[in-house]
Amino acid sequence: MTGRLKLAAQVLALALVTGLFALLVWKLATQDEGAAPKLGRGETPPAPGFRLDRLDRPGKLSLASYRGRPVIINFWASWCIPCKEEAPLLESVWKQYRGRGLVVLGVDINDVRGEARRFARENRMSYPLVYDGPGETTTDYGLTGVPETFFVARSGRLVCERLQAGVHQEANKERFDECVQEVLGT
Amino acid sequence: MRLLPAIALALILVPAAGAACPSASDLEDELICPTCKTTLDQSNAPVARQIKAYVARRVEDCASKEQIKDELVADFGPSVLAAPPREGFHWLAWILPLAGLLVAAGVVSVLVWRWSRSRSVEAAADSNGRPPLDPELERRLDRELARYDD
Repeated sequence: MTGRLKLAAQVLALALVTGLFALLVWKLATQDEGAAPKLGRGETPPAPGFRLDRLDRPGKLSLASYRGRPVIINFWASWCIPCKEEAPLLESVWKQYRGRGLVVLGVDINDVRGEARRFARENRMSYPLVYDGPGETTTDYGLTGVPETFFVARSGRLVCERLQAGVHQEANKERFDECVQEVLGT
Repeated sequence: MRLLPAIALALILVPAAGAACPSASDLEDELICPTCKTTLDQSNAPVARQIKAYVARRVEDCASKEQIKDELVADFGPSVLAAPPREGFHWLAWILPLAGLLVAAGVVSVLVWRWSRSRSVEAAADSNGRPPLDPELERRLDRELARYDD
C-alpha cells in the first residue's frame, strides 16, 4: 500500500511539473510580440483595435469607427516631456489635413486621468483623445515607451513606420512628414 | 467635573480623526508603479512621481486610504495595488497559498507520523531485527520453557 501511495505521489508530482512546463512553452510560443516589430520587418499588420474612454469628452471611442480614414495614432502621457513638445506639431497636422479625412488620435497611457485632462487643456490638444490608464494597448502595439506614433492606412493596416520619441525632433520630423503624406495617399 | 466627559470624548475622537487621514508613506508601499512594476516608495519613474504627488494631494484632502486606492484603481486598474483586493476572484490569490501551506503541513504530518510509527516498531524489535512476539504467545512460551527448567 505504501509503495502504491508513493508511486501515485511521484506520478502526480511528475504530471504537475510536466503540466507547468507545457504551460510555459505554450505561453512563450503563443505570446504576441505586438504590431511594432512586424512593422519594423516591413510587414503591414492590421492596426490592433481598441475601444477606450474618451479623455476629451464623455463616452467611448473605438479605432474601428475610423475605418476608411487615415489615422495617426500618438501614444502619450502627461508626465512625458517630449509629449508636451510634440503636441503643437500634431495639432497643426490635425488642423491642416482633417479636411482630407485625416484623424490624429491621441492615446494617453499610464497616466492619472485628471492630470492628462489638464495636460490636454494646457497644450490645446483639440484632436480626439482616449484614455488607457492601465496601458492595455501597449502590448498589442509593442510599445517601448512614450511618445510613439503609428500611421494607419485607410485599409486599417499599419504603414510607414513606428516613430519613437517626439515627432517634432530632428531625427523624426522629415520621416513624420513622409508618413503623413503616405497615409493621406493610401 | 463637567469637563471630564468632554475631555474623554475628545480623547476618543481625536485619534479616530487622525486614523481617518492616512499619511502618504502609508500608501506608497501599497501601490505599484505602472511602468516599472515596483512599489511607489522604491520608484522614481515619472509616472510614479506623478502618482506620489496625486496621493499627497488626496492625503492633504484627508481622503481615506481606501478612497485613494479606489480612485487609482479606476485609473490604472487593479494592477496598481501591491496586494490583490479581498474580493471576488482576487480572493484566490489570498486563499491558494494558505491552502497550499495547509495541504503541505498535512502531508508532512502524515509522513512524520508514519515514520515515527515505523521507528517505534523497529525499536521494539529484538536484536535480530524481528518484531516482538504477541503477548499471549510470549506467556505461553514462558510457561513451556518453565517446564523444562523444572
